[in-house]
Amino acid sequence: MTDAKPSLSDRLEPARKALVVVARFVAHWLMVAARKTWVVLTRLPIAVYSFVRALADADYAHRLTQLYIDRHSSLPSAPAPAPAPLAPPPPAHSEPAAVLESAGPDSALVLLSLLQKEGRFVDFLQEEVSGYSDQEVGAAARVVHEGCQRVLRQHLSIEPVRQEAEGASVTLAKGFDPASVRPTGNVVGDPPFTGALVHRGWRAVDVRLPKVASSRDVRILAAAEVEL
Amino acid sequence: MSESRFAVGIDLGTTHCALAYVESAKCEGEEVEQRMMPIPQLTAPGTVEERQLLPSFLYLPHPDEFKAGDLSLPWGGDPARVSGELARRQGTNTPIRLISSAKSWLCHPDVDRKAPILPPEVPDDVPQLSPFDASIHYLTHLREAWNGLHPFDPLDRQEVTVTVPASFDPAARELTAEAARAVGLENLVLLEEPQAALYSWVNDSVGRWRHDVKVGDIILVVDVGGGTSDFSLIAVTEQEGALELTRVAVGEHILLGGDNMDLTLAHVVKQKLKKNGVELDRWQLQALTHGCRIAKEALLADAEREAYPVVVPSRGAKLIGGSIRTELTRDEVAMTLIEGFFPEVKSSDRPIERSRGALTKVGLPFAQDPAVTRHLAAFLGKQAGATEDLEGFVEHAHWASFLHPTAVLFNGGVFNAGVLRDRVLHVINQWLNAEDAPPARLLEAHDLDTAVARGAAFYAHVRKHGGVRIRGGTSHSYYVGVERSMPAIPGMEPELHALCLVPFGLEEGSEPVMAPQEFGLVVGEPVRFRFFGSSVRREDQVGDLFEEWNEDEMEELEEIQTQLTSERHKKGEVVPVHLRAAVSEIGTLELTAMPIGREDAGSAWQVSFNTRGKSAED
Repeated sequence: MTDAKPSLSDRLEPARKALVVVARFVAHWLMVAARKTWVVLTRLPIAVYSFVRALADADYAHRLTQLYIDRHSSLPSAPAPAPAPLAPPPPAHSEPAAVLESAGPDSALVLLSLLQKEGRFVDFLQEEVSGYSDQEVGAAARVVHEGCQRVLRQHLSIEPVRQEAEGASVTLAKGFDPASVRPTGNVVGDPPFTGALVHRGWRAVDVRLPKVASSRDVRILAAAEVEL
Repeated sequence: MSESRFAVGIDLGTTHCALAYVESAKCEGEEVEQRMMPIPQLTAPGTVEERQLLPSFLYLPHPDEFKAGDLSLPWGGDPARVSGELARRQGTNTPIRLISSAKSWLCHPDVDRKAPILPPEVPDDVPQLSPFDASIHYLTHLREAWNGLHPFDPLDRQEVTVTVPASFDPAARELTAEAARAVGLENLVLLEEPQAALYSWVNDSVGRWRHDVKVGDIILVVDVGGGTSDFSLIAVTEQEGALELTRVAVGEHILLGGDNMDLTLAHVVKQKLKKNGVELDRWQLQALTHGCRIAKEALLADAEREAYPVVVPSRGAKLIGGSIRTELTRDEVAMTLIEGFFPEVKSSDRPIERSRGALTKVGLPFAQDPAVTRHLAAFLGKQAGATEDLEGFVEHAHWASFLHPTAVLFNGGVFNAGVLRDRVLHVINQWLNAEDAPPARLLEAHDLDTAVARGAAFYAHVRKHGGVRIRGGTSHSYYVGVERSMPAIPGMEPELHALCLVPFGLEEGSEPVMAPQEFGLVVGEPVRFRFFGSSVRREDQVGDLFEEWNEDEMEELEEIQTQLTSERHKKGEVVPVHLRAAVSEIGTLELTAMPIGREDAGSAWQVSFNTRGKSAED
């Protein structure tokens, strides 16, 4: 009887199997969706942060505008808290090729002319020092030091990369930024590395170069002077 | 008109201008947050930078001197007039094209202040401007900088306070107000600089000032800026249980400031170099002055240091071989600066006045005695009775030979050096000690370079939104000279009487006052009156007539003049008038001639200050 007439459970077996398949399928996609959602959700704080800060902070909004609309290559003078750029990310398997950009000469020339104007920097470097006594070089160095220091203070905000005193023991955690901290000497094994701080490093936090009129020839570092 | 969003304070200084502002909506009670506006200015040809201060220098370049476009500012600007850092720098090499200290010329009584006279004494093809136009130019620069920063809140729609020296006479105040109106500033008030410094101190204390001073205190404000020294006395009084500040006296206009001090040091070092056979040219002296300023600051800040090196760089490219090295020693700074400008003097000492040699050209009336402390002694001595009429003040001791201040507030870049603050306070306390008075306290101020602008912004804010105010009104009483009618005696000047037109302390916006005496004015002809001011005659009332007075008490100011033109009167007719005086809301003195019998506003004639100088009349 039982053979001729399959039990209820047997009759439901295909449906159950189908259900399991469907459930697995659904679960799989739910997992995928959840993972995708999570990936998106991890970006939520930064999205909200950017949104709020752009509303509150005019400078920030201006920087974002520069980033999106003027396509500036980086956010000037700010650690990039912005969402990822719109461009598709490079394929994960290949290392991104380093983009070598030559810095425009203009701002370098502007800074150099400032150093010359305030601290006679170019005059100092262009002069042959070997024929002079230390006293004479030292006297000139005071002019250069005083003037160039003023330029640095006025146009750049410079702070040490590491706040510890030189000679102090520091530990580099895994994933440290090799651009800002460079381990030297016995570099073997895996981070964390521990060693002595030899140089604190310098970081330009802010650059405030003057605005330059388009008509100005920045290649003139110092104009020749003719007294009439 | 809608409520203005910002309260703005403009410090129109002799050597620097600054602008501070307060966003009124963000202020709560005594928490007033001020900000300094960064002022874009040319710092080199084709280079625009933002600085907190705008050097009050105006350079009039030669048409071929700079490339077209190298002198443009973010708002365009006038390439024929450069102001700010580049002007100052360029002017050291080409002084014949530089206008400096325009503000001091603005209150020079002997020149026509609306005539192009600056830079003085230049070759014919160098353009000239009037002191008045130069002031307009600085204000325009500040206005454009503001409008660039706040395009939706232009400066002419904000509440603006412009500061003037306390010692400015009514004509110079009127010229300043006129310059501000010329750049479109209508919601304008004038404020005296020492008062602005005190407002800044009040604001920085966020309400704590009420614990630092008490009723009966007399605050002496000593303001030594780049080009001028300005003194004021402000008394702390009580009104309905609340502390109030009343300005009781202001000093005379003294052209003596920090720039004189740096220049003096440079000359000391120059003489020292000359002994060693080193001669300096003008450019090198400028560099030396700069080096001395840095050395001075270092030596004044660090009591341990005995000397500071000063290097005069060579002008040519050979920096190492051609530079001159010397040093400034502690003794030199102490001798020239402290003993020269802030000597220990007695309270009875007065500034030394040399009789001037015949001046061949018109120049600024610089102070002849460099001793700030002697000028201060003269001011306090002259104002010995300044608090006599003030309610709640202890009767001034009759043996006191000068007014005894109980607190001192310093202002101006010179007093960034603590040594100099201590010195002045020490000298004042010696005077007080000699008369058995308690020593004066020091009121701690911050950021002396920008205090005036910040105080002015604070004042612009509290005028609208309430808060502590310094009362005072006019700092002088004013008189018109009346000739007594008498038969002409050859060789004798007709006797001159002084009729009081404006009493001391007439407050801005109060009811106009009118002397009962009648004057007969001739229609169609310009009429001039001699005009006098006194900073000490506090009791004189409107209409009082004086036959004689003490020379020191009254000083003659610019003449006042009026011209009667009327359709109702025939030319040559003599119209009897009353002279009426009022202090406008702006803070300027307004004199009007009211025809007797028809005293409505429509028929009044404006009486104006003759700012054209004495030379223009001959």
